[in-house]
Amino acid sequence: MEKEKQILFAGFGGQGVLSMGQFLTHAAMEVGKNVSWVPSYGAEMRGGTANCLVTIADDEISSPLTEHPLMAVIMNRPSLDKFEDKIQPNGTVVLNSSLVDRKPVREDLTVLEVPVNELAEEIGNPRGANMILLGAYLEKTALVETQQVLGFFEEIFKGKKQAVIDKNKEAFLVGVAYAKKEWL
Amino acid sequence: MPKVLMKGNEALAEGAIIAGCRGFFGYPITPSSEIAEYMARKLPKLNGVFVQAESELAAINMVYGGASTGQRVMTASSGPGISLKQEGISFIAEAELPCLIVNISRGGPGLGGIQPAQSDYFQATRGGGHGDYRTMVLAPSSVQEMMDFAVTGFELADKYRSPVMIMAEGTLGQMMEPIIMREPVTKLPEKPWAVTGCRGRKPNIINTLHLSAEYLEERNHHLQNKYTSMALNEKRAESFQTEDAELVVVAFGLMARIVKKAVMEARQQGVKVGMIRPITLWPFPDEAIRQAVNSAKRFLAVEISMGQMIEDIRLAVAGRAPVEFYGRIGITPNPEEIYQEIMRIAQREGY
Repeated sequence: MEKEKQILFAGFGGQGVLSMGQFLTHAAMEVGKNVSWVPSYGAEMRGGTANCLVTIADDEISSPLTEHPLMAVIMNRPSLDKFEDKIQPNGTVVLNSSLVDRKPVREDLTVLEVPVNELAEEIGNPRGANMILLGAYLEKTALVETQQVLGFFEEIFKGKKQAVIDKNKEAFLVGVAYAKKEWL
Repeated sequence: MPKVLMKGNEALAEGAIIAGCRGFFGYPITPSSEIAEYMARKLPKLNGVFVQAESELAAINMVYGGASTGQRVMTASSGPGISLKQEGISFIAEAELPCLIVNISRGGPGLGGIQPAQSDYFQATRGGGHGDYRTMVLAPSSVQEMMDFAVTGFELADKYRSPVMIMAEGTLGQMMEPIIMREPVTKLPEKPWAVTGCRGRKPNIINTLHLSAEYLEERNHHLQNKYTSMALNEKRAESFQTEDAELVVVAFGLMARIVKKAVMEARQQGVKVGMIRPITLWPFPDEAIRQAVNSAKRFLAVEISMGQMIEDIRLAVAGRAPVEFYGRIGITPNPEEIYQEIMRIAQREGY
């Protein structure tokens, strides 16, 4: 049995943390994986931290919850403080280094840093920060092949204007390019 | 058929529409509000009726009215709102009106919080309102079942002319999973008792006031016969690795899936542990529990409450094995935590 992969996405409300998780969930579903997406909901989301947990598996997913995700995508400092200890031993943490002003304390973690906000500013698309991080993250981990992901944008953003879809795709590709340059 | 990624609340609402539900009456409350939101968007396009009522009490009485006309109608809320609806549910039970009542549950008592809980189990399974009545209660454990049980719920409601409740933790309403869409139900059962305008026939009367003691008793016997028949025919449960289990964990809803993972991991450590998941909370699937007592030395109830279903487990076990409890409130126990609890008991008891 291939082990399930559980990925936590965490940041401020408004950083697109929940939609980042939804995007990955949808993309993984498109390539035939079993998936689930569980958001933190309610009072936490208003101005505070938001997070969601994505599970991707070949087999049926029993528990969509976990205390210890394999990977964490962290968009701000409070989220790193809150979740660093929870990540599985030898797990992976992906950091938005524009906003997270410290390194993880743990030495067993694989740490991937992306200055997401700077990269987003460069392409004049500050709201694309989450897609940049996602692009870099998927290029590195190949949870879903980025080449395949590019084909799913129209389906995942169904109902959105083409210009919006294109902007998200552009941001995603900036992340992919960053990972290729910095991490390979 | 391609899979569709949906939120539990949306899947339930779509399931109701697929079942032919054309009337929704409700008042928003977290974590159930997406059901009302979905219905508000969809029902007007299907010549249906969506009303955001002035209160929960008004909403449940609109359900009474809508169901009286023979239409498939529903309401959805969460604990505090379901409490307000109890008077209406009692009336609906006595008037024998089929309808669906959904509780996307959160922690109480009082206004409590908005985080998931299962602490409305007593309220759901013991009637909740006044008088001798029962409400059939279905507990889904996946987004697919949120859709499927909405369809099943309406079928059972019509079959028994009785309100049916779906109870799911808040998390199930909020989470997303891929589901396979069901085909729309095209043939609805005849309802010759419905109040549809009586030109050319004798008027149908729907009423719950019976001042003659003899007739009231007769009505109660009639209802009890119906509940007996539900208890005979409609108990549902899922048993997982119980055949040789020395310890049987009992859990329902999403909680059961989390328990399942812990059970699988404990099995890998050689612990003979299994799980029973009640799918109908009322009628409670006591046969499944009784069967397990033959091999099980001990039971463990896991609930997102301070211990409610455990009473039904104890009734079914009838003193033949001890029943322990693990529960939290507003916080869903994670698989690691349940695994620890299973291992703690297994080590203590030498399983």
